Formats: sequence, structure tokens, C-alpha cells
Amino acid sequence: MRTDLAVIGAGPAGLAASLAASARGVRVALLDAEPEPGGQYYRRPAAGLRARRPRAPHGRWRTWTRLRDGLAASSVRRLADHHVWCVERRPDGLTVHALLGPEQEQPAEVHARAVLLATGGHEVVLPFPGWTLPGVVTAGGAQAMLKGGLVVPGRTAVVAGTGPLLLPVAAGLAAAGVSVAALVESADPRRLVRYAGPLVGKLPEGAGYAAGLLRHRVPFLARHTVVRAHGDERLTGVTVAALDAHGRLRPGTERHLPCDALAVGHGMLPHTDLAEGLGCRLDGPAVAVDGEQRTDVPGVWAAGEATGIGGAALALAEGHIAGRSAAARLRGTAPDPGAWAPAARARARLRASASALDAVYAPPGRWTDRVTDDTVVCRCEEVDAGAVRAAVAGLGAGDPRTVKLLTRAGMGWCQGRMCGPAVAALAGCAPTPSRRPFARPVPLGVLARPHADTAGPHPTDHPAGTGPSTDHPAGTGRPADRPTERGPS
Amino acid sequence: MNPREPSGARPGPAFTVTFDGRPLEALPGQTVAAVLWAADVVSWRSTRVAARPRGVFCGIGVCFDCLVTVNDRPNQRACLVPARPGDVIRTQEGTGHAH
Repeated sequence: MRTDLAVIGAGPAGLAASLAASARGVRVALLDAEPEPGGQYYRRPAAGLRARRPRAPHGRWRTWTRLRDGLAASSVRRLADHHVWCVERRPDGLTVHALLGPEQEQPAEVHARAVLLATGGHEVVLPFPGWTLPGVVTAGGAQAMLKGGLVVPGRTAVVAGTGPLLLPVAAGLAAAGVSVAALVESADPRRLVRYAGPLVGKLPEGAGYAAGLLRHRVPFLARHTVVRAHGDERLTGVTVAALDAHGRLRPGTERHLPCDALAVGHGMLPHTDLAEGLGCRLDGPAVAVDGEQRTDVPGVWAAGEATGIGGAALALAEGHIAGRSAAARLRGTAPDPGAWAPAARARARLRASASALDAVYAPPGRWTDRVTDDTVVCRCEEVDAGAVRAAVAGLGAGDPRTVKLLTRAGMGWCQGRMCGPAVAALAGCAPTPSRRPFARPVPLGVLARPHADTAGPHPTDHPAGTGPSTDHPAGTGRPADRPTERGPS
Repeated sequence: MNPREPSGARPGPAFTVTFDGRPLEALPGQTVAAVLWAADVVSWRSTRVAARPRGVFCGIGVCFDCLVTVNDRPNQRACLVPARPGDVIRTQEGTGHAH
């Protein structure tokens, strides 16, 4: 199919962007991998579960209903179950390549004059002995399974790691009847006081979760870490210990907490595969954007966690700005930033609070010291820390890519999304962009399939005056690298 | 407490799937992973190299740890695939293509 603006990701950023652009007369196609819009943040129980109080595992329900009703009343073309694996620059625009879910074998293409990447983020989990045991799940994973499937990983859980996500995860599990043995946070949340100014807007939400934890009598262990997960075929407990100011274990503080579930997370990373495939410039781990949320690739906007982890409210502001900018540019006009001044103020404020949270919630220094040589680091290829260290110390690998070539760490199904930060840290270097050509596995049959040329020029689709603006045109990139005519069938 | 209680879920009629031959109750809308968790099953794959048990890790389709064989098709992400009546779910050994 063909559209003006293809928005990839139906979380807060993608929804806000789609509504803003379509309200200004732009044809919008909204692609998302899930059957229902909302993204991870607004994930709700599957329809078949017929939840009468779907808001129960949620905050910010009113914002969701506004987005949901706005989407229903809009002309946005919603493309659910579309797993996007690549966005291709073509002479006349951009082609979004997707696989239809959940099987992800049938291809689908959307041809657009502009693309808005609202691809969200994923959780970082740093390895520790025992982290591959069944019953150890990511904090976000525990939350997603609870929000979407109304199921929990066990009867007694420990929630551990670092970051603001741990609070709602622990509160959600406790409310669902799980006995939460402890919330183990490696940072010292008292440091948040230093950032009281930028964080003032976040306090009510955090206080709500904290009250939930008090109600369920969940012990909060600040400046503690999980040292090891125990069990043979399944998790039976964890050892936790206190940390000193340098991130080292305080001797004599180790204790055992029996549990059959551990929800663990150490922050989030932006999903940048599609942006990297397009050649967008990154700023650290995030897609670099200007004040209008434009990437440096013509015709490509980005918003939300993809441009830096900052939460749902920031994603809504960025998405709104991106959608308005794209709508104006697609009409061939320069947008007036004054028109979105409230969203820009919210964006500035929320970026400041995201920086403050980042400064407080960081993984403890010296965490790699506690990763024993026999700890699996790359879960897919089953590469242990000893192999990574041997590649560095014995074979002279100086960067994650060389470690990968020598050990296979990062070569498996997840393409290093789970182990990338850990491998880089064990190798003693900064994480580098992964440069994955495809954002997800693609069947060879789809790649080998003869491509119908539906992306050729169709002048009737672009009435005079609605073409891409000359200062930011779509698709002036490299020429198409494959035949534009239908191949042999 | 039933974890469905806070949301007031009143799912449609349950149906049956099997896991390694054992019948399990499944609810409309649940993924294969949710059905298995509800039955207190947390692992359904054994890894290719060390034959270690694995199940859900990321829960959102990113990590591929929850791969499982459903109706003789290996390498399905249990956290994404909806359970359907009569599904034959089996523990995946290695790549799932060994037989």
C-alpha cells in the first residue's frame, strides 16, 4: 500500500505522532507488531480475557483512553501485526518492509513519502551467576506478561536491578498476589533529592507505587545487589548483598532469599535498528534528532524512546511535535514551532528529569567483577564470560565486534540485543552501534521473492503542491539496489 | 490469589492444549507462554550446546529464549504466539530440527 507518512510503532510516541499528522490532513499508516495499539506502556489484557477493569495494572489510564478514542475517530490506517524488518530509501520515497505476525513469514510493504520511527526501547539486563535459570525474567518481561496475559512467573518473587521501572513491576506483582520478598535496588534513591527540581513531575507516580509496596509490606533494599541466582532446573532463591560507595560488596552482608521468580532489569536502551539501517546519525545509543524530531536522513523523523529513554510522557510530547513537523513538511511548508510550544516545554522538562533519573539509577561500578568465568553472557550462543575475557586478554580483541568474531557472542537469534552492553563492559570498551541490516529475522523465501514494483512513480498519488518539501525531501538517498521491474515469476 | 483478579477478567470458555502430552487449560487471548506460566511451567526449551532449560526471559519477542515447538513447527516465540484450541506444544530440544 501507499501512504504519505508511515509511522512505525503504536506506543505513546507513534500514537501521538499519528494523531497529530492525520489531524492536519496527512494520510498516515500506523504499523505495529502487536495486535493492539498502545506499545509496552499501554499494554492491556488480551481481548479474549475480557478484563472488566483493564486499567488495574496501569497508571495514566485517562491519557490512554484519549489516545484510543482519538485513533478510532481518525483516518489513521492501522496496520497491526506488522513486524517491520527494514526501511529502504528509494528514489521516490521510502519502502517499509514488514512480516505479518505472529508467524512472521508473509511479507507486506508500505510505500511512504516520509517515515516516523517510534520504535521504542528494550530492557538491559546485565549478567550475573545463575541469570539463565528458568524463573529469572526481565522486569519488563514480568510486567508485559502480567499486563497482557494476566499471568505471573511464580509465587514468591524478588525484583532487582536498578531503575524507575522496578517500582511499578514490584507493585504490579504484589497486587497480582505474588509475595514480593524484596525490591533490591543497587542505586541509592536518596540521591533523587539532589534532583528534586527536574523530578518534581515524576514524584506523584513514584509515590503511588511506593505506597503500593508499603501496603504489601515489600522490603526495599537500597544499595543492594543480587550476587547469584540459585537452582538447578529452576530458580530456588537468590543471594543478595549490600554495596559500598564504589559498587563493591560489603563483606558479611550476603543473605539468601528463597524465591521462585526473579524479575531483574538495569535500565533501557533505544531500538535503533531501523534508524541505523537508514543511515541515521546516532547520538550515543539513541537516534539523533533536531528540534522538529527530524533525523539527519531526509524524510525520516524519530520520537519516543528511540531518541533517548525518557518515559511515556516524553514520548507523547516528542511524537506530537514529530507528527506536526512531518505534516507541515509533507505539505511543502515550514512548520511554526510556536504552534507546538506547550509540547516543546514539556519535552524540555521531561528530558531534564530523564537525565536526573539516569544520573541516579546507574548499574553499580565493579559489577563485572562479580560475573564469574562460567557465567553465560551471550544467552543465544551460550558464550561464557571466560571466553569473552580470553578473547580480550589472550587473543587481543579490543572491541565488541572482534569479541563477537572470536567467540560468537552476539551472533545468535537476538543479534546481541541482550548481551551487547555486557560484552562491551567485559571487554573494557564502550558499546558500539550494532549495525544490524535487518531489525528481525527474515525468512530467506521473503528475501528471495521476486519483488513487484509498486514503488514506481505514481504521479496521481501526489497532487501538485503536496510533494515533499525541497528543504527536506523524502528519499534522496542511494539508488534502489534491486530491480524495479517484476522479476521472473 | 488469582493474578486475573485485580483486572476483573471474565474470560471466555477455556480450551485445551497439550504440553509434552499433558493436557493444559488455556484461556482465549493468552499466548503459549501465558498458558504455560499459568500451569506453573517455566521452561520449555533445552539449549543447543549445554542442553540447559530455558523459558520466558524478555517477554516481548526480543530475546528468543522462549522458543518452543508448536504443532511440529519449531522456533516459535512462546511470548508472541497465541494459544489455539488443540495446540500440541512440545519442549524444543536444541534447534528443534534434530528429528
